[in-house]
Amino acid sequence: MPEPLLQIDGLCKTFHVAKSASGNTRLKALDGISLTVGRGETLGLVGESGCGKSTLARTLMMLETPDEGTVTFEGTNPFGLRGKELLSWRRRVQMVFQDPFASLNARMSAGDIVSEPWATHRSLYPSPRERQARVGELLQMVGLRPSDARKSPQEFSGGQRQRIGIARALALNPDVIILDEPVSALDLSVQAQVLNLLNDIQQELGVSYIFISHDLTVVRHVADRVAVMYLGRIIETGNTEEVFDHPRHPYTAALMSASPKLDVTGATRDRIVLKGELPSPLDPPSGCRFRTRCWKAQDICADVAPEPRVTAGEDGALHLAECHFPLETIKGLTAATTTAG
Amino acid sequence: MKTAAQTVLPGKTRPQDVVLSVRNLAVDIRTYRGTVRAVNGVGFEARAGETLALLGESGCGKSMTAKALAGIMDPVCDLAGGEIVLNGTDLAALTPKERLKFAGPELGIVFQDALTALNPVYTVGTQLGEAFRIHQGLSAREAKVQAIELMKRVGIPEPQSRVNSYPHQFSGGMRQRILIAMAVALNPRLLIADEPTTALDVTVQAQIMQLLRKLREEGQMAVVLITHDLAVVAEEADSVAVMYAGNVVESGPVSEVFSDPRHPYTKGLLESVPVHVERGAHLQSIAGSPPELHDIPSGCVYQSRCPLVQDICRAERPRLLPVNGSAANNHSETLPSRPGRATACHFSEELNNA
Repeated sequence: MPEPLLQIDGLCKTFHVAKSASGNTRLKALDGISLTVGRGETLGLVGESGCGKSTLARTLMMLETPDEGTVTFEGTNPFGLRGKELLSWRRRVQMVFQDPFASLNARMSAGDIVSEPWATHRSLYPSPRERQARVGELLQMVGLRPSDARKSPQEFSGGQRQRIGIARALALNPDVIILDEPVSALDLSVQAQVLNLLNDIQQELGVSYIFISHDLTVVRHVADRVAVMYLGRIIETGNTEEVFDHPRHPYTAALMSASPKLDVTGATRDRIVLKGELPSPLDPPSGCRFRTRCWKAQDICADVAPEPRVTAGEDGALHLAECHFPLETIKGLTAATTTAG
Repeated sequence: MKTAAQTVLPGKTRPQDVVLSVRNLAVDIRTYRGTVRAVNGVGFEARAGETLALLGESGCGKSMTAKALAGIMDPVCDLAGGEIVLNGTDLAALTPKERLKFAGPELGIVFQDALTALNPVYTVGTQLGEAFRIHQGLSAREAKVQAIELMKRVGIPEPQSRVNSYPHQFSGGMRQRILIAMAVALNPRLLIADEPTTALDVTVQAQIMQLLRKLREEGQMAVVLITHDLAVVAEEADSVAVMYAGNVVESGPVSEVFSDPRHPYTKGLLESVPVHVERGAHLQSIAGSPPELHDIPSGCVYQSRCPLVQDICRAERPRLLPVNGSAANNHSETLPSRPGRATACHFSEELNNA
């Protein structure tokens, strides 16, 4: 693994909500998240809606304050910073949003949108001339023309708008970019263009990505490492090939299996179709959170929450899974074809 | 388009009847900048017990086609021509009032967003029972019994108590099941599913697709599945019609179209999916973006993005014509081509060498 740039340890975040059916008002969106992101690496963050992906992203952007746990960014805890130090830290983590239509201000020109971060971070490009030149460079870097700076967002297609969003995130020369479903609103043919662009930018600038997506095909393509989230916990993490080819956690296996495959051979494959839906995060099951939908669940799963278990990956890298009965198989999916339920 | 309809072989290899036959369907939209043609001469057919996928990117006219089939177009849209023959009746020639008789018993539709498709102020029992009350004249009490049966059929737990709940009290997956239940209530012969799982998580998507397959088998329905997801088409559909800028550019059995695409757009789409490429490798992508409906070129609709473009493509729009045997593949000798393999490209033969 590349040298860790960002380290997250035991991050917890609880929201207080209006009364739920069970009378519980505490929603544990993050429940002990630990992760590392290396310099220049892409971490794929996978999970279904409501699993806490976005809360994690918001916490890393310092839009939420964690209740417990630490974030260490090159040795410093950003939540302890104030004033100028905080400002300079904020510069280093930027975000690209899912919806390229909602995330750009329709009343601003593309150039104003890309240069707006410098209104806060004034020292970066102090003179107007520098700014204008830099806007042109950034637009070119994302495959647009410098003259596009004068156009307004409506004049661009969805893919081009997402490029503007990427240029805005790059404006502050960040070390980490959080990409929250960056291509899921785009058409397939355009999606490939944007994925290529993100790849080129990473090669050139060495920036790290946290790539949040529900599209496993895309994550497999872009991520070096993958973390799978379920109800506020990371239930499996490891190198991309390891996790995809040899999932240890039943949920990961089910997720991989449920995602449609573009296989034109017409071979019918055995599929794990999970029963039920994600339980409410207000009333998570006791013990292992996945046990209510798991076909391997035993009594112990209801009583004891599984600890992350190290299963040495075939390539020797760390592969963690939180399960009492991790899938043993070498072939991963093929041995786990028992239809759940 | 006409050719697709002619090449049906009744009872030969497939006993499946053609339930729906669409020919030369055209839909116009009236806009401030003039009338545009959103669906232009679209033709396909759907067979009992099979799934036909309408595949395309946003704005290609696939949802507009679905709405035209169901007769629920927006007021600014006009049916500009074509036939929609459902089970021997041309729906396009009927008055809106006459069409109502078909909505439910003959044709059901499932929408993408279940929360907006359901009425928030009525219980799901009321909404599920509506079809029985309107078409079969059942009383409210009898309709509720039917609604409970329906909820069982689509796998909603505890239907007896849930029948009195409101849509917002259900999860996204359950709402989609309710919508599907409404569509299949009267056992229609044709089910149109417009992006039925796009808003759902993958594990729930798998459940919904499993349910649709089950219902299709049980009722021998013809399913028209509208989607932008190639993988969903590969897994769920028997045949596919690929749409681009309001036109069907390629159609045929999924296995053949996906393994041996004969239109550069289909080929480009398949290459855009990051499978079978090394992680992080450069993806093939289609340059540019689809044309605006306001200025669709006069020649081939795909000319501005096509790597094979020649003068003839700019001058003459290629018609959707049958593909003469898959010359590139020897297995086509042993596997008889299913009817309807067609492409609208001047250079479909050259495509594989490109």
